[in-house]
Amino acid sequence: MFKQTISLIQKEFVMEFRQKYALGAIVLYAVSTVFICYLSFHTIDSKTTWNALFWVIELFAATNAVSKSFGGESKEVQLYTYTLASPGAVILSKIIYNILLTIALTLVTILVYSTLIGNQVVEMSLFLGTAVLGASGFAAVLTMVSAIASRTNGNLALMAILSIPLLMPILIIVIKLSSMAVSGMLLEDPTNYLIALGSLNIVTAALGYLLFPYLWHD
Amino acid sequence: MKAHWWKALGIILVLYSIVMGFLGKVPALWVLHETIRNLYFHVTMWFAMMTLLTISLGYSIAYLRGFKREYDVIATEAANVAMMFGAVGIVTGMAWANFTWGEPWPNDPKLNGVAVGMIAYIAYFILRASIDEQSKRGRIAAVYNIFAYVMFMVFVNALPRMADDSMHPGQAGNPGFGGYDLDSGMRAVFYPAVIGWILMGVWLVNVRKRMRELEFKFLQNELD
Repeated sequence: MFKQTISLIQKEFVMEFRQKYALGAIVLYAVSTVFICYLSFHTIDSKTTWNALFWVIELFAATNAVSKSFGGESKEVQLYTYTLASPGAVILSKIIYNILLTIALTLVTILVYSTLIGNQVVEMSLFLGTAVLGASGFAAVLTMVSAIASRTNGNLALMAILSIPLLMPILIIVIKLSSMAVSGMLLEDPTNYLIALGSLNIVTAALGYLLFPYLWHD
Repeated sequence: MKAHWWKALGIILVLYSIVMGFLGKVPALWVLHETIRNLYFHVTMWFAMMTLLTISLGYSIAYLRGFKREYDVIATEAANVAMMFGAVGIVTGMAWANFTWGEPWPNDPKLNGVAVGMIAYIAYFILRASIDEQSKRGRIAAVYNIFAYVMFMVFVNALPRMADDSMHPGQAGNPGFGGYDLDSGMRAVFYPAVIGWILMGVWLVNVRKRMRELEFKFLQNELD
């Protein structure tokens, strides 16, 4: 199980680097969204707007990045994988890979966003911690929703409808935390929210692990 | 008749709560005044909704364990009826908020949470509609239902408690509604009303499930 997960993660990396265009498309999507925002805003004075805009970009970039994780594979490849590995290993490897991918994407987005539009963050470590935890939460939920959406009649448009309500609790905690980090006003202890965010991530990943076996077979 | 006593009990309890809700004595409270009577109608909707969503979750889990078509039907219909209670709960809540908080939709975490939670369940119905094959639909919808339930509970019960700006009782450090404005006379109406509405909800699910079974049988006869 553990070995299977590790080798499946390796497989994901190898696949990703063999078809670099997919990786490029994801990064291009995030960067060009930021650039559109830069062209329309130039600089943002309001910290609330800065924060909201960042998370909107982040949400759609993450959705775009993860949506291909099950939808992008052909039925035959999936069948072949399932004959080799247990469904638990498949979903765990996908979740872990997508978490790494989304975190990397988030860091790139933060870099480009703060270079172009300006860095408004006061508490950088809190902001980065929130971004990393939030990105992993997004990835865990989106991986599962991508598995669900890929089982419907090939309708990837469903992805957005299904994932946004499920992402909302994570998004609300994340926005709360990052508005603390951006304003630098730590009126209340952020650790409670960080713990809540982390436990939400764990619950989502555990649910994915438990429920995926019911999803993959026809 | 033996099997139907709970339906009669449901009717009696709901009628009792309506009559006593409008005619019974309520404590004179600051700001709330007579609108406290809405407690019997607004809060009970949420109790019924939560119960039905939990029933829906239970049947979804049961469906994943045995793949009995009947369980899938009950899970869907329970979520359906729960959404009806939720819609009524929102409308009664908006009326109440208009009188006590000054606007029908104040920016309150509980309200926004419920709105998003209900969107999650609407997405559940859209997901069901997008899959044709019955057993596949049941399985995938059950998985999504479990996710939606967990997120809904986080949203409606956990987040508003953490938030610092909720006006609902029991949230954000506010005392629970049992604490200061629920006297024994109101308890005698409120708890029966909760039980009555839950029974009505279960009855509604039961009727809708039987309707769906008849539709299913009818379609099968057509095919034969």
